[in-house]
Amino acid sequence: MDASMLGMWTFLITEVLFFGGMFAAYAVYRNMYPAAFASTSKFMDVILGGTNTAVLICSSLTMVLAVRAAQLSKRRDLILFTILTMIFGTAFLVIKAFEYHSKWVEHLIPGFDFQYDEPRYQHNAQILFFLYFCMTGMHALHMIVGLGLLTYLLVQSVRRVFNADYFAPVEMIGLYWHFVDVVWIFLFPLLYLIGHRR
Amino acid sequence: MATIAHGTPEIAAEEVNYLNVEHGWKSWLLTTDHKRIAFLYLISITAMFFVGGAMAVLFRINLLQPEGIFSAETYNRLFSMHGIVMVFFFLVPSIPATLANFLIPIMVGAKDLAFPRVNLLSWYLYIFGAIFTLYAVIRGGVDTGWTFYAPYSSTYSNSYVLSAAMGVFIAGFSSILTGLNFIVTVHKMRAPGMTWGRLPLFVWANYGTGLIQVLGTPVLAITLLLLFFERVAHVGIFDPNIGGDPILFQHLFWFYSHPAVYIMILPGMGVISEIVACFSRKRVFGYNFVAFSSMGIAVLSFVVWGHHMFVTGEAMYTSVAFSFLSFMVAVPSAIKVFNWTATMYKGSVSFDTPMLYCFGFIGLFTIGGLTGLFLAALATDVATHGTYFIVAHFHYVMVGGMVMAFLGGLHFWWPKITGRLYPEAWAKFAALIIFIGFNLTFFPQFILGYLGMPRRYHAYPPEFQALNVLSTAGASILGIGYLIPMIYFVWSLKAGPKAGPNPWGATGLEWEIQSPPTTFNFDETPTVTKEAYDYGPVEEIVG
Repeated sequence: MDASMLGMWTFLITEVLFFGGMFAAYAVYRNMYPAAFASTSKFMDVILGGTNTAVLICSSLTMVLAVRAAQLSKRRDLILFTILTMIFGTAFLVIKAFEYHSKWVEHLIPGFDFQYDEPRYQHNAQILFFLYFCMTGMHALHMIVGLGLLTYLLVQSVRRVFNADYFAPVEMIGLYWHFVDVVWIFLFPLLYLIGHRR
Repeated sequence: MATIAHGTPEIAAEEVNYLNVEHGWKSWLLTTDHKRIAFLYLISITAMFFVGGAMAVLFRINLLQPEGIFSAETYNRLFSMHGIVMVFFFLVPSIPATLANFLIPIMVGAKDLAFPRVNLLSWYLYIFGAIFTLYAVIRGGVDTGWTFYAPYSSTYSNSYVLSAAMGVFIAGFSSILTGLNFIVTVHKMRAPGMTWGRLPLFVWANYGTGLIQVLGTPVLAITLLLLFFERVAHVGIFDPNIGGDPILFQHLFWFYSHPAVYIMILPGMGVISEIVACFSRKRVFGYNFVAFSSMGIAVLSFVVWGHHMFVTGEAMYTSVAFSFLSFMVAVPSAIKVFNWTATMYKGSVSFDTPMLYCFGFIGLFTIGGLTGLFLAALATDVATHGTYFIVAHFHYVMVGGMVMAFLGGLHFWWPKITGRLYPEAWAKFAALIIFIGFNLTFFPQFILGYLGMPRRYHAYPPEFQALNVLSTAGASILGIGYLIPMIYFVWSLKAGPKAGPNPWGATGLEWEIQSPPTTFNFDETPTVTKEAYDYGPVEEIVG
């Protein structure tokens, strides 16, 4: 492993701990208020969330294909898969924006305009929604950074910078992108599916 | 060259080095040379040290009289800003960002750190964070204590919490990037023959520090972010009135801030290992144990945070576990102290200034560490928690330990960093003044704490006045002690005698290159064939 990859892995460990703080808070409050947390699932759009999960998994596939294309010096494929990854990433953010908008319409913005339909859960559900916005917001921020990195990747690929001898930036950005996807894989069940018992 | 007329023929008057290779502010502010960045950091943290020190002077003056001189609000802000500035903007970056930044690439035989531009970014983040925090200071300060405990900080405090917390948040990323750079550099940039077992112990210590910085700091970042949202939007995450849990804040905060204590001491221990070997002219006793005790401290640091919360409603059995784990940290720390002592045993010990600081460190750290055991014990902690006993304990470790090590290291490597020698007599005098001033300041605080004086109060019962006056007197001596090196270091930059490559006759790659080094440290990559600290029988010291 060369230095840049080790640097990226180390950075991702930092990121795990960064998100870890929010996951710890989630674990504590879900343990404290299981019923209130479960009651929020009816406001989460599983269809949109599930679609987004699928979109991100597809983007991970196109990302790793882009890395492979760079390793094989296939410039056209690299450009194609980078663009596809960016399309999936953008689609995710657009769908997320629709979800945020529906939360706004339903008065579910914690600390600003929060009216829960079950008054006994007013405060405790607010914590879940705060964590929801905090975690998905941080995740979305990472997606936006990722899209910036992919744009850089696209420009460099068009300029024929990458080939079988030099593709470290593609691999690094790929690692980052997969990490962001993995975070979502944890967020989706924890935030959308906890109230759906059969 | 015009200067040839002044120089002696055998020493070229103007060797090209990292300091004179380029001139102008751009060559400094846009540099990627780890040595120049270390210098930038040195100037920045020294400035912050004197800002934090000024706060300390002010609140020590307040404590001259039992009823206090300033208002309670002013006092609260003074000690809070002292803590925030000193912890996050001096102690955390102190040795890693300056000495280690300068030395690690050289010690492992590399031209620079693994990511030079990231290194520069880390300095800018530090400055950016410092601006936010200083803005809070100028606007009137923060009164939450350096710990930002919720819900006081999130709901009730009427001070500039947001900007101070954002400053700490940003500076945290500077710390993460420094740690990341060190880890990758130590793994990937070692010269041929520089095996892990040949690394100087200073590198081991900073590698351990890097691990803590990378693993701990992001948790502080997210904690401060949650606090930020809680204060801005009042979402309830830390407010017990609406279902939040303030204890969670403390857990998250100390998950970083206890390991951070080891960010603040491990690099100091690395410095001491270098100095003690050089001035005893012996290989460090038990190299492997000292190296792995650094790793041991780094690992254990993550499982002891609960000892800060023995009286905050932590479950009893949790406290018992944390108490036990906290005692375990004493083992690697004691290994280090015993091994330094054993290194001096039958060594050829000389009493140059760095060694004086080293003696100071070992003695004061031992006191600080042993009183830490009192506090790890549940029953004693309940009695002494929140008293001056704690204040004295961590100042013995942080100031008596880290600042001593920082000054010792700065004196030890000053000839390498600047190519100049400092005035030895003044330096010894200052070391003595600092040692006396330090003990006079903080030893009375152990007694005050034992007698029950709580920390963070602007007023106290009259019977505590004598000890408080003693402490303030010590603080003024300590302040003068810190100003003296400041003056002679600046003086030596221009007027100090030339140091030559190896004024101490020390081993290590950094002493085999010219002082100050050239931009890329080595003309050709060195090959290492010897163990670290290969001090033979007493050899002649090359001046």
